[in-house]
Amino acid sequence: MLKIINLQAKVGEKEILKGIDLEVKAGEVHAIMGPNGSGKSTLAQVLAGREIYEVTGGQVLFEGRDLLEMAPEERAVEGVFLAFQYPVEIPGVSNPYFLRAALNSVRKHRGLPEVDAFDFTELAKQKMKLLEMDEALMKRNVNAGFSGGEKKRNEILQLALLEPKLAVLDETDSGLDIDALKAVSRGVNALRSPERAFLVVTHYQRLLNHIVPDFVHVMANGRIVRSGDKSLALELEQKGYAEMDELAVSELVR
Amino acid sequence: MTSLLELQTIQTGGPAWLGQMRREAYGRFAELGFPTTKDEEWKYTNVGPIAKTRFERGPAGAARAGKDLLPDLGCSTRLVFVNGILAPELSTPGTVVRGVAVRSLGEALKADGGAVEAHLGRYARTERQAFTALNTALWEDGAIVEIGRNAVPGQPIHLVFLSAGNGQPWASHPRVLILAERGSQAAVIEHYTGAAGSRYFTNAVTEIVLGEGAILDHYRIQDESEGAYHIATVQGVQGRNSVLRSHNAVLGAALSRNDINSALNGEGAECTLNGLFLVTGERHADIHTLLDHAKPHCGSRELYKGILDGRGVGVFNGKIVVRPDAQKTNAIQSNRNLLLSADAVINTKPQLEIFADDVRCTHGATVGQIDSEALFYMQSRGIPGAEARDILTLAFASEVLDEMGWEPARERLRREAHEILSR
Repeated sequence: MLKIINLQAKVGEKEILKGIDLEVKAGEVHAIMGPNGSGKSTLAQVLAGREIYEVTGGQVLFEGRDLLEMAPEERAVEGVFLAFQYPVEIPGVSNPYFLRAALNSVRKHRGLPEVDAFDFTELAKQKMKLLEMDEALMKRNVNAGFSGGEKKRNEILQLALLEPKLAVLDETDSGLDIDALKAVSRGVNALRSPERAFLVVTHYQRLLNHIVPDFVHVMANGRIVRSGDKSLALELEQKGYAEMDELAVSELVR
Repeated sequence: MTSLLELQTIQTGGPAWLGQMRREAYGRFAELGFPTTKDEEWKYTNVGPIAKTRFERGPAGAARAGKDLLPDLGCSTRLVFVNGILAPELSTPGTVVRGVAVRSLGEALKADGGAVEAHLGRYARTERQAFTALNTALWEDGAIVEIGRNAVPGQPIHLVFLSAGNGQPWASHPRVLILAERGSQAAVIEHYTGAAGSRYFTNAVTEIVLGEGAILDHYRIQDESEGAYHIATVQGVQGRNSVLRSHNAVLGAALSRNDINSALNGEGAECTLNGLFLVTGERHADIHTLLDHAKPHCGSRELYKGILDGRGVGVFNGKIVVRPDAQKTNAIQSNRNLLLSADAVINTKPQLEIFADDVRCTHGATVGQIDSEALFYMQSRGIPGAEARDILTLAFASEVLDEMGWEPARERLRREAHEILSR
């Protein structure tokens, strides 16, 4: 589904991704771990099409098509979804209006009829129940004044509504208390299917107790330095990232 | 001295006091002439195009042509003025509410004229205000809205000023007088509109008098043709504990200037100035506001938002005067602007003159662009860039629109703003 080949990117003059190779197949859950500044959030944002990052080399294929050529909205309707590390507040735009506009953009692309306000409310209610979201959030503006946990739940609600093929979760767990973490994980797990893939970017192993990955990759200094199964996450938890950095250095030397 | 005065003679007839007032105003205008950009108050706004144009009187009998242009805001009382003169066949008196009278100035002068004589021309100043002087000399008709003591009409009173002509540029000088007595609560919507593309000049003056504890929502909807010139002054005079909420939507006209003023002359009075201006293409909109705090414990809250696109030019000048007596004044002013193009221009200036020591006055002006993070966030959810931009622009405007209590006005403005922006 997703094939990343020697991807390099910079912001300003600073190189952040220095050659990423990764293949994700339908139905798989990949976790990307790594210390702050290792480039894992950049990778997530580059996949979604954030313009501040300049891709300087490499290729990304999504279902065989050049993802990097597509505008952000095109990627979204084609089935790529990014759950933001810091969801954006949009004062003046109501949450249901925004969610319905997004849903209808995706549905339009898929050749499905638009959902009216009434049906949308019903659909949203159903999804919110699963995420244990307060219905009052549907009366407010997009993320405006939401707590950290509410914002992350709102991201997963969008994920559940838009039903993408590839979901990239960028540190969705950071700042969540255990109840919120469980609710968010439940939301994600309910969406796991043989047709859908996940790329879960996280700093902590904790999330992976709830969203169990098929593969774990460790990023350091703009590269994937190790890949393995879920046991790698546990190993990391014990040893910490410091050793991984050394590993990255030794690899560079070699 | 000017083509306007060559073609439009001072109005005669009517009571002697009015004739006297008109002659004085005429003299005043002749002395002042049209303002130039050398005048500090008109620094950024060149009214040369108005001064140079030969405007005629609005053509008579245009009423029928204007029917499809009439805005419907669901108000049962709607007076329609075509080229500044009441068109009874287009107007509906609405349900009669005890203590409320809505008439044309012409009718009121014929009937008794006492209220008109007592108030008209007593508040809007003319010593340096050439356009107000011109209006006073030349107005042919307009509206007088009287809200009696404790009267509460349930719906807004809709005053429509429609400009409809036949090619030659023409001018009208509508005049409005709103008298809200003690304890009353009402809403008045002044709505200025004209046929698309037509070239005319509207020079309006409104005087508002609020008695003790009176509450008034005053709407100005400037939905003029893109070829129009529009100059307007609103002068409020507020008694003790009265509340004036001014909602001002500047959407149309090639060149416009609004002076929105209120004198807080009674203790505990409150004034809200809530405004939106939207300039696209080559248009120019100038907003001047003046809040004159004369008595203690008064409050004012002002928010003007500007959206500027193309080569549009906006001017905002917000003046707050706090007189020596006006202790415990609480005045908040904010002007926020959204620039959608690199060629659009906004000139914004707060002006505070504070002569009392125990007051709280804040002001702020911002100029910004569309938030790129919000834009990316929406795009990443599949919403096309252009649509996301529109949504964010309207969201910027909605803080002002949401303050407007009368839903049909609010929603119509939202639609119109959207239409103008997507042109």
